[in-house]
Amino acid sequence: MQRRSFIQLIAITAASFGMLASTTASADVLADVQKAGVLKVAVPQDFPPFGTVGTDLKPRGYDIDMANLIAGDLGVKVELIPVTSTNRIPYLTTGKANLVISSLGKNPDRAKVIDFSDAYAPFFNGVFGPADTKVAKPADLAGKVLGVTRGSVEDLELTKIAPADLTIKRFEDNNATISAYLTGQVQLVATGNVVAAAVNDMTKLRRLDAKFLIKNSPCYVGVAKGEGALMAKVNAIIAKAKSDGRLEAISQKWLQQPLPKDL
Amino acid sequence: MAYQFEFTPVFEHADLLLKGAGFTLALTVTGAVLGIGLGIVGAICRAWQLKPFNWLFGAYVEVIRNTPFLVQLFFIFFGLPSLGVKMGEWEAAVLAMVINLGAYSTEIIRAGIIATPRGQLEAAASLAMSRAETFRHVVLRPALQKVWPALTSQVIIVMLGSAVCSQIATEELTFAANFIQSRSFRAFETYFVTTAIYFALAVLLRQVLMALGRRFVIGRPA
Repeated sequence: MQRRSFIQLIAITAASFGMLASTTASADVLADVQKAGVLKVAVPQDFPPFGTVGTDLKPRGYDIDMANLIAGDLGVKVELIPVTSTNRIPYLTTGKANLVISSLGKNPDRAKVIDFSDAYAPFFNGVFGPADTKVAKPADLAGKVLGVTRGSVEDLELTKIAPADLTIKRFEDNNATISAYLTGQVQLVATGNVVAAAVNDMTKLRRLDAKFLIKNSPCYVGVAKGEGALMAKVNAIIAKAKSDGRLEAISQKWLQQPLPKDL
Repeated sequence: MAYQFEFTPVFEHADLLLKGAGFTLALTVTGAVLGIGLGIVGAICRAWQLKPFNWLFGAYVEVIRNTPFLVQLFFIFFGLPSLGVKMGEWEAAVLAMVINLGAYSTEIIRAGIIATPRGQLEAAASLAMSRAETFRHVVLRPALQKVWPALTSQVIIVMLGSAVCSQIATEELTFAANFIQSRSFRAFETYFVTTAIYFALAVLLRQVLMALGRRFVIGRPA
């Protein structure tokens, strides 16, 4: 009995120290990061072009470059933590990562548990086509032939706003949609900017240039709730990277497109 | 919990399904007429060993009968544009069906022609029938009489196979079904109705072809 309560006491003490430690840690992550000299960033490893594993087995992509940029401006080293899209937010809420840079979109459910920085990467569905095709809004699609993947978000959204005399050809998957565009069976396609970037990267057959947005859901850096100092710093770094052209360079490198002006 | 059937979203799009069924039928009729025509030409070239056409049709039959229809369709729709031959999804679908049915019916009709005894040709010659008369009454009709049921089955197979034309955005019955399914997510109900329509189309087509056969091919004595 005596022995058992002793162990209990130790356990309780340890637990309260643990809690204490974690409260201090989350009180100011920025200070902790600067003290440790390491910024722990959760990045994707299975989502090109935002994050993949290169042939040298090192992570590479838009989000990895962004993590390096932020750590560099903070003057600390970066520690990349590969995460999946399901566990990226838990990594942040449990303090295993200081930031989530993992092509994270904003929605009300997520906003309840974490905070979002300013947008750092474009992520949208839109209409794409050759540079010489003048299309800037849905009405300009009149009389055109456009390919889209059946049942995709872009299909559902575009169907709502399409002019009556736009011919929409719906294909089974992204592959068929893109093939139809590359072989000239359709004049334009509606797809994601990431898909368009991957296609532009793989083939020079027929370029995909963004014409207009259908649905916009840019990526944000995820920060734990209540980390005002870290958030301010991250936003300042993003704003600086936007103005000095470094973010533009990352966008050109991984998405083959200029950064949208309104990002 | 038992699955709750909800056919309303499917019947809301009944016009799409009917239009799709109409297009499937139109594709099949066009494909069957041209395909069997191609088959007759091919069968004669092969059966009578008309050089070099018998060799060409032989190669054609082997290539088409040993490759998947879907690949043939993709070759025409996505492949040929690289050679500057560009056609829409309807033209590509019809062409693929004609080429496919042409190869199978070449072999089916060839079997019918070969099965006609040589003696009948000699009899025609001794009756002083012209070449055209001989061809029509002694070669083609008896050949088609023998293989008509097989040809009917092949046309129905091609009709059912036309479902894959939905892959190149040809808006036939399967396309309509996939379209409705991708918007209502009522897969079971959508494909249940679609299956019923295909079944009805196949039965209808068989009856029509058998009736046509009785009237024009088998019925009247040669």
